[in-house]
Amino acid sequence: MPNGNNISRRGLLMKLGILFNGLVAIALAVPIVRFLLSSVTRGRASAYLSWVPLGRVSEFPEGETRLATFRNPYVTPTDGKTVDTACWVRRVDGEQFQVFAVNCAHLGCPVRWFPQSGLFMCPCHGGAYYRDGSRASGPPERGLFEYPHKVENGLITIQAGELPTPGPSAVLLGEKPPCAS
Amino acid sequence: MRFVTQIGEWFDRRLQLAAPIREVAEHPVPRNTASWWYVFGSAALTVFLLQLVTGILLALIYVPSAGEAWSSLQALNHDITLGWFIRALHGWGSNFMVAIVLIHMVQVFLFGAYKFPRELTWIVGVFLLLMTLGMAFSGQVLRFDQDAYWGLGIGASIASRVPIAGPAIVKLMLGGPIIAGATLSRFFALHVFVIPGMLIGFVAIHLLMVVKLGINEWPMPGRVVKRATYVNEYHELTKKDGAPFVPYAIWKDLFFAALVLLAVAACAAYFGPFGPTGRPDPTVIQTAPKPDYFFLWMYGLLSYLPPSMETPALLIGPVVVIAFLVLLPFLSGEGEKSWRRRPIAVLTVLLIAIILGTLTHLAGYTPWSPHMNAWSGDPVPEQFLHGTTALERQGALVFQAKQCRNCHSLGDLGGQRGPALDSVAVRLTQDQLIRQVIQGGGNMPAYGKNLNPAETTALVAFLETLHPRTQAPARDAARDMALGEEQDRRQDSQR
Repeated sequence: MPNGNNISRRGLLMKLGILFNGLVAIALAVPIVRFLLSSVTRGRASAYLSWVPLGRVSEFPEGETRLATFRNPYVTPTDGKTVDTACWVRRVDGEQFQVFAVNCAHLGCPVRWFPQSGLFMCPCHGGAYYRDGSRASGPPERGLFEYPHKVENGLITIQAGELPTPGPSAVLLGEKPPCAS
Repeated sequence: MRFVTQIGEWFDRRLQLAAPIREVAEHPVPRNTASWWYVFGSAALTVFLLQLVTGILLALIYVPSAGEAWSSLQALNHDITLGWFIRALHGWGSNFMVAIVLIHMVQVFLFGAYKFPRELTWIVGVFLLLMTLGMAFSGQVLRFDQDAYWGLGIGASIASRVPIAGPAIVKLMLGGPIIAGATLSRFFALHVFVIPGMLIGFVAIHLLMVVKLGINEWPMPGRVVKRATYVNEYHELTKKDGAPFVPYAIWKDLFFAALVLLAVAACAAYFGPFGPTGRPDPTVIQTAPKPDYFFLWMYGLLSYLPPSMETPALLIGPVVVIAFLVLLPFLSGEGEKSWRRRPIAVLTVLLIAIILGTLTHLAGYTPWSPHMNAWSGDPVPEQFLHGTTALERQGALVFQAKQCRNCHSLGDLGGQRGPALDSVAVRLTQDQLIRQVIQGGGNMPAYGKNLNPAETTALVAFLETLHPRTQAPARDAARDMALGEEQDRRQDSQR
């Protein structure tokens, strides 16, 4: 570099070259980042959620809790069996239902229903829940996740599509489930 | 022979690598570092190379698709010639690699090798440990079975607890709203491209620094590291009491590396590959997912943390631990290297080893989980039914039918979630038993809504018989007295 404030022609060209590469890098970074974050941005407007039918009301005896399965509404070609999801359906009486996610509110392991003791129990860290999904004991901080549901024309449908997790994403439909402690 | 030399020379005129390689091979190392304690770094590298080779071999057959990964693993296990052995080598290699990296780290810590001027070697090593654990976890995901599926759910549940960004992190991790095809694909990319690429780069930097700065000398009590004088002292030492790395020290590395490879192969041949367990079908919920060996301690920790502490511990704990490991060489970059003069360092290692060992051991039989296979089919041990009344036997039936034994053992059979009940009558009075059954508490669910009064009465009557012959059941002395006085009064009034 020459002395003083003078900038040599080569030096300027090198700096311009770096600047040019920087601009191209930014131009490329935008689509790359958008691609990487696509699974996040797509879900922002609840695009993953839809109403899926679980079966006829008559399939669920009153006062009992049964396992039901449904196909996740958002499917990609390589998903295989992983889009089939299980949930616990409790028919309180008449058309009054509760639909619980099988995922434990602690760390997501599948809870099992024990009709004799009237408890949901988790095999991982010993979480237990009462028949209405409220927390009974163990490490979970809250009750089981509940899917929003509706009964129409003798058919029970739930709003599903996202893995329920204990963080803020677990709050389906943006409201706390009634069983949350 | 001359021809071979000529070919070698032809290449070296162009590559010019022979001289620097010879220089590295023959660089002097302090004589007493040619020790069996100094072989773990090279052993870790050897197992890493084995993982690269076996990993590439597995990739010839494995299909990273949520719909087909499990079947391709079955094909490797059963259809492809020696596919099971390559899977077993890769699985056991993973366990050995984590173990050796941990041993290497402990050795480096106890020998004070992280002190000046090798701070950066240590920090790069910390990242190598994290990447090794990252490889172990992502590899467990690629073994796409029930454990992998629900293990991802656990990972997502932990990630979701991050404030504000939680939901976004979960979707980024899963590649969508649920654990599915995109999830496996991105863990494949991590396990096969991203982390190994970083590992190779970091290993190169790590080794370069070992060569440039010299291997840590054998720590002598009283030989204190000072920034101003250390480098000169080290050069003096290698000049006065040094020997060329090749062949003076390397033969031990070679022997140990071969021994480790042999051990991996022996385990692989004898124990076989890990899994896969059941098909990753989320509708099959009769499963008790468990992580691989080196994550078992975390599984144990997560069941013992009080609920209120869990989220902070999960999110802040790892940051604190990593920050401490990275800052360690700056906190104690000088001073004594010898473990004989660093009792706190030795005790810290022992304490951590005992904690991790205990948690791993406990996670082996999960005493905190109810036994999911109901015990209602098992007989009530005979000794608890001798000389019981009809009501007490009715209580024993309730005890079995309401699955009390999922959590409580009787005659050593049953869950360990709650206390064993063989002598519960010694500990709790009748009133306390009723209260405990109906209201629960102390981590026991309340059974008030699930037992009718007759069942509760029978159950408590049975529980009251559970005491050793030589020990009387607990009784409420105050109640006896109150009732006794009342009786006295009644008798008085009758008179």
